[in-house]
Amino acid sequence: MDIFLDILISASLWATVLRIATPLILGTLGELVCERAGVLNLGIEGIMTLGAMVGWMTVYQGGDLWTGVLVAALAGMLAGLLHAALTVPLGLSQHVTGIGVTLLATSLSYYTYRLVLPQATTPPTVTPFQPIGDGSLLGSLPVIGPVLAQQTPLTYFALAAVVVVAWVLHRTPVGLAVRMVGENPAAADAQGLNVTGVRIGAVMAGSALMAVGGAFLTLSAFNAFFFNMINGRGWICIALVVFASWRPGKALLGALLFALFDALQTRLQQVSGAAIPYQIYLMMPYVLSIVALIVMSRRAAYPRALMVPFRKGER
Amino acid sequence: MTAAASAPDGPELTLRLDGITKRFGSLTANDGISLDLRKGEVLALLGENGAGKTTLMNILFGHYVPDEGRVEVFGRALPHGSPKAAIAAGLGMVHQHFTLAENLTVLDNVMIGTESLWRPWQDRRRARARLADLAERFGLAVDPDRRVGDLSVGERQRVEILKALYREARILILDEPTAVLTPQESERLFATLRRMVDEGLSVIFISHKLPEVMAVSRRVAVLRQGRCVAVRDTAGLDRAGLAALMVGREVTAPSRTPLPPGPPALELKRVTVAGPRVRVPLRDADLAVHRHEILGIAGVSGNGQSTLADLVSGMAAPSAGQILLFGDPIARHKPSHFVRLGVGRIPEDRHAEGLVGDMAVWENLIAERYREPDFQRAGFLKRGAARAHAGDLIRDFDVRCPSPEAVTRLLSGGNMQKLILGRTLARRPGFILANQPTRGLDIGAVTYVHERLLEARGHGAGVLLISEDLDEVLALADRVAVIHAGRLSAPMAREEVDVRRLGLLMAGEEGHHAA
Repeated sequence: MDIFLDILISASLWATVLRIATPLILGTLGELVCERAGVLNLGIEGIMTLGAMVGWMTVYQGGDLWTGVLVAALAGMLAGLLHAALTVPLGLSQHVTGIGVTLLATSLSYYTYRLVLPQATTPPTVTPFQPIGDGSLLGSLPVIGPVLAQQTPLTYFALAAVVVVAWVLHRTPVGLAVRMVGENPAAADAQGLNVTGVRIGAVMAGSALMAVGGAFLTLSAFNAFFFNMINGRGWICIALVVFASWRPGKALLGALLFALFDALQTRLQQVSGAAIPYQIYLMMPYVLSIVALIVMSRRAAYPRALMVPFRKGER
Repeated sequence: MTAAASAPDGPELTLRLDGITKRFGSLTANDGISLDLRKGEVLALLGENGAGKTTLMNILFGHYVPDEGRVEVFGRALPHGSPKAAIAAGLGMVHQHFTLAENLTVLDNVMIGTESLWRPWQDRRRARARLADLAERFGLAVDPDRRVGDLSVGERQRVEILKALYREARILILDEPTAVLTPQESERLFATLRRMVDEGLSVIFISHKLPEVMAVSRRVAVLRQGRCVAVRDTAGLDRAGLAALMVGREVTAPSRTPLPPGPPALELKRVTVAGPRVRVPLRDADLAVHRHEILGIAGVSGNGQSTLADLVSGMAAPSAGQILLFGDPIARHKPSHFVRLGVGRIPEDRHAEGLVGDMAVWENLIAERYREPDFQRAGFLKRGAARAHAGDLIRDFDVRCPSPEAVTRLLSGGNMQKLILGRTLARRPGFILANQPTRGLDIGAVTYVHERLLEARGHGAGVLLISEDLDEVLALADRVAVIHAGRLSAPMAREEVDVRRLGLLMAGEEGHHAA
């Protein structure tokens, strides 16, 4: 039990938690924005892969790190536009389209990578974002300073995004418009809002956030692009949105919780040795997520018009 | 104001429709309709279901684009197909099916679309003050911070009206506004409308209920089959004349001859239906429907009618209490068992529960009976017998359809209801559940359904009539009970019914019996 406590209060554990959580925070926020507007975006897994590849490739080709993030966001927006164009004005099945976008964006990323680097056996690397360090303002805070010092700027970007998304959704006219088209598009239309425009915009903005979440992996957490790099994180984000009952603050909480389980399992594997098969630990975050999801989502008030296409002039 | 024609014979003209025509395929929903509306008046738009009222208003409000004709608001032509332009011109619409987002607050619903989209924050304080002022001026009190999903239907309607007033509507269009209200709530709405016209607003009041039209309007425009057949001053009209204008012929109300009640067909003894999946639980229901009797259940929608209907059709089992059918307790709470025992069902939603739209008429007509030896042998359907049976019912119940092979979805609402009636009544059930049997039907079909139900009563059936249309309950029922919040009031004999008291019961403002 003492070992467990030692692990829980160690700065390195919490630093790991924040690092694992960052792509989840961005992906979950992105998915949340799409779903609040009434569009399920199962393209998330592929869009995160695309962001990871495009961001890394931009830097590898000589762009600076922030340019890489920006290009990843733009690529995400394009993939989001594809998803939105098929599901919003054309009203195609959001499930099928989303899976299609994931397959397309993932394959396109691998293909492009291989096209540019046909013979690379060991993945080439770039110089990633550096931790902000002990000397910085946040790093010199007492108690939590050591944790914050180890984080890179993109983690702070993700935390800021939580605040910004929450503010925009709940305190601005455009946020109200997004929520309204996700709740009752006919009502929004009757008030003269452009439902199609608002939905497409929300999906594009959300997809940009997802792509930046992917780019964090290649530009901050690691320094290279691997196949299978996203490894189901997008799907975790979909579940986290439900866990969060479509609220940005709770999305942050959910992402941190999942990251905590994930960070704990690696440490517990180390301390317990071979006594318990390591697969049990690998399973743990997912099992706990399912339990948390069941508990939290029983009273979830999901957007009423989620996955309901809107066609003007139909009743 | 613009150079709007201020007609010599009345106040300023606010709205003019000129030759509006709208076709949907081969159907002409609006056929050259011309109308005008003046400042400070309530114009009632009267017509049956399908007469084109809602289509006309949807054109006015930019939801549909008309094929011909023009709309002028305060003397200016209104561009077609733009709700935004309609709002800007001063039109406000309260739809029959509210356009509110249930998960958002009242204030959110009112503010949507009123601020420039790219403002960095909302001016909620100012919005709140304006809303309070409007609520005060027009008697439309409602808490701005409540979630719309938690409001009563009457309150939601107030939010819809406030929404229009908040956008500075000068012309308000209300589409069947009283359909969902108790008589008291309707009175309150009429008081609000009077305040509006006193302040110089104009109101178009769409309805097919004659008493209200007489009570609230200054002029009446009557639509029939897409045409405007008459515009009259309300004063000096009587109900019979108005009804004849609306239907195009004399209307005879079905006559209910008194019959001595027979033995009980259905009895509920302190029945409760509750559980996590029951939306509105039914509590301690005591009820007896006798043969040769129609028992009417009045009430505002969403007060447990569906739960009661599910219970007596075998779709929900009681969690406490007992149901007796023809004097015997029920062994199994399954719809098929109920049907075998002699229960006939006319479900609330003919599309969802009544019929399978994509199947043929004959298939729907044996849906309750395909296991009987008449229609199957050794697991194979006797298609010939089923088709012949369908042919008989189509003839007997005057269903307008090309053949028993016709796809059910393509029939009109009235003909679908006739199919259900035929399927149900042909078996001469001893107990009939009629849940909203005339919702959405035109007057001809309504009269037909009413006559058939009275006929079944004459043949000895006990009928439980659940209806949100109080006039229907009062026209057909021998006894009337009210359902509110899942509780049934004690039934009263039709002759002793006091409509005011019914209204209070429907609003839950008078104690329920605890038998």
